[in-house]
Parts: sequence; structure tokens; C-alpha cells
Amino acid sequence: MTSQLINAVLLGGYYAVLATGLAFMFSVMNIINLAHGAFIILAGFGLFVLGSDLGVPLPLAIVIMIGVMFVVGFILHRVVLSRASGGGELLPILATFGIAIILDNLMFQVFGADSKSLAPMVGDLAWASYELPGFIFIGKISVYILTAGIVMIGALEWMLRRTTLGHRIQATSQDRATASLLGIDTGRTAAIATGIALATGVVAATALGLRSAWGPYDGSAQLLFAFEAVVIGGIGSLWRVLIGAMILAFAQSMGAMIHPQGFLISGHLAFLAAVFVRLGGRSFSLKSLLAKGARA
Amino acid sequence: MTVALTVTRGGATARTTISIIAIAVVLLAATPWIFGVGGSGRAVALLVYVLLAVMWNALAGFAGLVSIGQTLFFGVAAYTTIRLADAGLDPYLAIIVSIGIGAALGWVTSLFMLSLKDGEFAIGMWVLSSLAHLCVNLDPLIQGETGTSLISLNVYSIEMRTSLTLWLALAVTIAVLAVLVVLLRSRTGAAITAIRDDEIGARSVGVDVIGTKRVVFILAAAGTAAAGALWLASASNFQPRAYFGVQWTAYMLFMVLVGGLGRVEGAIIGAVLFFVIETFFASYGAWYLVGLGVIAVLFALLLPKGLWGWIGPRLPGEAIPTGYLIEKKNP
Repeated sequence: MTSQLINAVLLGGYYAVLATGLAFMFSVMNIINLAHGAFIILAGFGLFVLGSDLGVPLPLAIVIMIGVMFVVGFILHRVVLSRASGGGELLPILATFGIAIILDNLMFQVFGADSKSLAPMVGDLAWASYELPGFIFIGKISVYILTAGIVMIGALEWMLRRTTLGHRIQATSQDRATASLLGIDTGRTAAIATGIALATGVVAATALGLRSAWGPYDGSAQLLFAFEAVVIGGIGSLWRVLIGAMILAFAQSMGAMIHPQGFLISGHLAFLAAVFVRLGGRSFSLKSLLAKGARA
Repeated sequence: MTVALTVTRGGATARTTISIIAIAVVLLAATPWIFGVGGSGRAVALLVYVLLAVMWNALAGFAGLVSIGQTLFFGVAAYTTIRLADAGLDPYLAIIVSIGIGAALGWVTSLFMLSLKDGEFAIGMWVLSSLAHLCVNLDPLIQGETGTSLISLNVYSIEMRTSLTLWLALAVTIAVLAVLVVLLRSRTGAAITAIRDDEIGARSVGVDVIGTKRVVFILAAAGTAAAGALWLASASNFQPRAYFGVQWTAYMLFMVLVGGLGRVEGAIIGAVLFFVIETFFASYGAWYLVGLGVIAVLFALLLPKGLWGWIGPRLPGEAIPTGYLIEKKNP
């Protein structure tokens, strides 16, 4: 039981890493990037090509890919998102979903259907573990991933609150017209924010590749986990993503104990419960919910 | 000097459209005699695409609700058809009951999902769809991803079966389209159009935004459920992944974006275009999906009103008239 609890916390750390980029982009640009999962998988393939085919050590490969994905994000905003968000709320959703479909199938064509893993690139670390009292073993990689998630959220929160760039990003997200009146290049700021969001995907891809293997179509599953963590945690601070990720992981672990298929189902149910709780904040009773229905 | 105003709803363009639709209906109904069993199967596919496109367009284009998870209704309707037929109900009756179940599921879903905004709603529906997918997989009858078949259809001969499925698909498509057009021409339709054009503005003049959206959502749920049940009757195999798969959402997105968001005519054109493209290019597998995605994104960025957004304004009057045409006549 204790070891399951610890494993749930570590799994939550992975979801936090997944969800940070999605939450960052949503909170600063009001865009839910439906291609978030596909970009994580793309970063994973980038790491795989650098590490396995070109023999670049993993830490250096991560640094290179962070740079690459930042540029990809910058271009993504310049070419697609800036144009799409000018056409109302619907177009960014449609455009990013279209990009996800393109990336998924393109990666299938280029890299094939075989599963890839980054674990061979780190040698012994892949199965190294810490021993806790009571014969509880926890994988070192899972601990590193949780640490990376906390550090990443902390760094982004610090950047948003303490740096000039962070203030510019916040100003752009709150009121684009006023921000540009004050002399902020809002297009450039938003493009940088998109670049940062995609760069966090490299950390998520590393975590995914070290924990397990992935295939070209696994982006949508990662997107759903990330999205559920964000909704359960609630919008506001990026730290809430960490809480949401933990709750999601606990729900899934409990579901897995009840039924072999219960892992994903109870994660989805936790998401629904979060939606209900949020509705309840406005009119807390199922009766009033059924009588009047949801209010916007 | 008095100026006489005449208020009309239709016109020459509408009459032409009705003639084209009438010819198409007659041709589709006669497909079993003209093109045989294979032709009937393709005709059902076309009708399913029309249903999906028109319903997704009603949601996204009119109610402003982009759903990634309409496969919820598509898949669940196929599943309930299998379940009801397994319980001894005639398969065609099972399809019709499943459409009702789809509408009921739409009502229940609307109670909580409509409070979510834009992107949250979009992925929230996706979560519901994958939840339904996982639950369907638990049913011993379905055997997980292995799936099962609509065996009870075999009481009909293959010619009889394909023809009946086609005629049912045709009748359902016409009925759903008729309901949508009548709805759009009614008072609710004025509210829907107002929400499409400016949601905050509509609210400020007293339009019941959530109530109106719910009507559209339930209709879209029923229509998408009909498409799922009909697809099952045509394919006869039920593999959960083939019904809950995200590729259906990609198809809906493509048809509506290319045809024209917010226009019934656009959705129909998009569906027909998709049908033609699929006939020629589906064998290219993943490259075909890449192509669909690229075209859809290009349309979203460069021509967000789609093909009908370009054709429509160049025609005199509306092809499927939903508004009023006011003409000034000097005596």
C-alpha cells in the first residue's frame, strides 16, 4: 500500500511534467494546444534520432532539442496561432487539432509503427532504484522526473513573476491591445511563450522515453493526461497543475487496484468529478443542476 | 411616394437547390438497381458523411461548440445497436432506438459539458468519448478490441440488407436535415444565428444562449448517433477502435472547414468533396490523413469560411434559405 502511494506520487510527477506546457500556454495565451501531445512525441523522436542514430549523449540531446522545440514553437505561433487567434476562439482549436493529425501521421510515415524508448541511452540508470525501509524500491528515474516537474514549475512561476519577460507575457495575456500600447511587441512575446511551452515538451518527452516506450500515435493519450491534470488542478497558478497531476495519478492507481482496466477509466472519472465540483461551486445540488442545467 | 417591401424566404437559387437535392435523393434511392450492392454501400458512406458534416457544422458553426469527441455518440450508438440486436430486437429497429438513446445521452451530457468553455469543451468531449470507449471494451459481448458483428442482419439476404440500410440512411438523413432547416427557420433559428454571429451580443438582447446551444447539441448528438448506427449496419463489424477513433473527428473537421463553417450548404459540399477524395486517395493510408490535415489547416488559416463562404455570396439569394429576403419595389 505504501509503495503504491509512493508510486502514485511519482506518476503524478510525470503528469505534472506533461501538463506544465499545456497549462502554461493556456494560462498565458488562452489557447488549448491540441497538438501538445503530438509535439511531445515529436520531441521524443528528435531525442531518439540524436541519441541512438547520431550518438549524442542524452543531456546534450536534451539541450539541443529544447533549442529546436523553442524555435518550432516560435514559428508555430508566427505562422499558425497568431493568424488563427485573429479569427475567433474556434480557429486555434481547429488549427491545433489539424496540426496534431498531420504530425501523428507524418511521424508514423517517417518513423514507422515500432515503439521507441530512450532507456538504452542511460544504461544502468534505467533500472536503478532507491531502497526505502520496509523493502520498498522506487525507481531513480521516477524521482528525477518528479524533481524535474517541480523545478520546471518553480522556474516558470519565477520567470512569470520576477523577470521582465514574465511581466511582458502576463501583460500580453491579460490585454493585448494595452500591452502593445505600452510598447510591448505582443506578437514576439506570444511567440516566445509558445516556444517555452513547446520546450517544456522536451522534458516531458525525456520523461516518457525513460519511463516507457512510445509510438507515433501516443500523443493523444499524453494530451488527455495533461488536460485532465490541468482541469482537475484548476486554472490560476502552475502549482495547481502539480496538485491536479497528483490527484489524477491517485485516482488512476486506485482504479487499477479495483479492476485491471480501471486505470484509465478512473482517471477520466476523476476529470468528470472535477467538472461537477466546478459546476457545484455555482449551484451546489444535483437537483438544481437538472432543473436549470449548466450556466455559462 | 410609397415604397413597397416584399418579404420572401426562397427564390430561384433555392428552387434550383431543391431540384438538385430531389434528383440526388432519387438517384440515391435507385442506387441498388443502378450500381448494385457495392454502390449501395458507398451511397450509405456518403450519407453518413453528410450526416456527420451537417451535425458537426451545426455544433461548431452555429452553436460555437467545437467537439473533438462526437465519436462518443457515433460509437455508443453503434454499440447499443449491437446490444439491442443481441437482445433480440430487429436490427433496423435497434438502429432507430439507438438514435433515441443518442439524443438522451446528448441531453445528459449537455447538462454539465456546456458549462465548459471552448478548448475545455473540445477536449472534455474527447475524455467522455474515450471513457465510453473503455467502458464498451469491458462488455464481454464486445470482447475488448476484438469486436463483434451485427449477426442478426444475416436474416436478410445481402441485396435486401444493403438496400434496406441505404433507404433507412436516406430517410434518416432527410429527416435530420429537415429538422435542422426547420429549426434554423424558426425563432430558435434566429437565436442560433445570433449566437453564431455574436454570442455576447445575443445574450445582451435576451437570447437564452445555453438553452439554444442545448437544442443544437442534442440534435447533433442524435444525428451523429444515427450516423454511427448506420455505419454499423453498412460495415456490420463492430471494433470499438474503428468507431471511437479520432480519425472521425479529423474527417468532420475537414468536411466542415473545407465546405464552410456555419453554413448547411457548406457542410453538404464538404461531405461530397470528402467522399470523392476518400474514394480516390484513401489507399494512401497515413499520407492521406496528412493531406487531409494540411488542407484543413490551410482552409482554417486562409479561407476560414470555406468554399461556400466564397460561392454563397456570389449566388442570388440563399441556396437553403434560412433567413428572410427583403426586396424594395418602387411602384
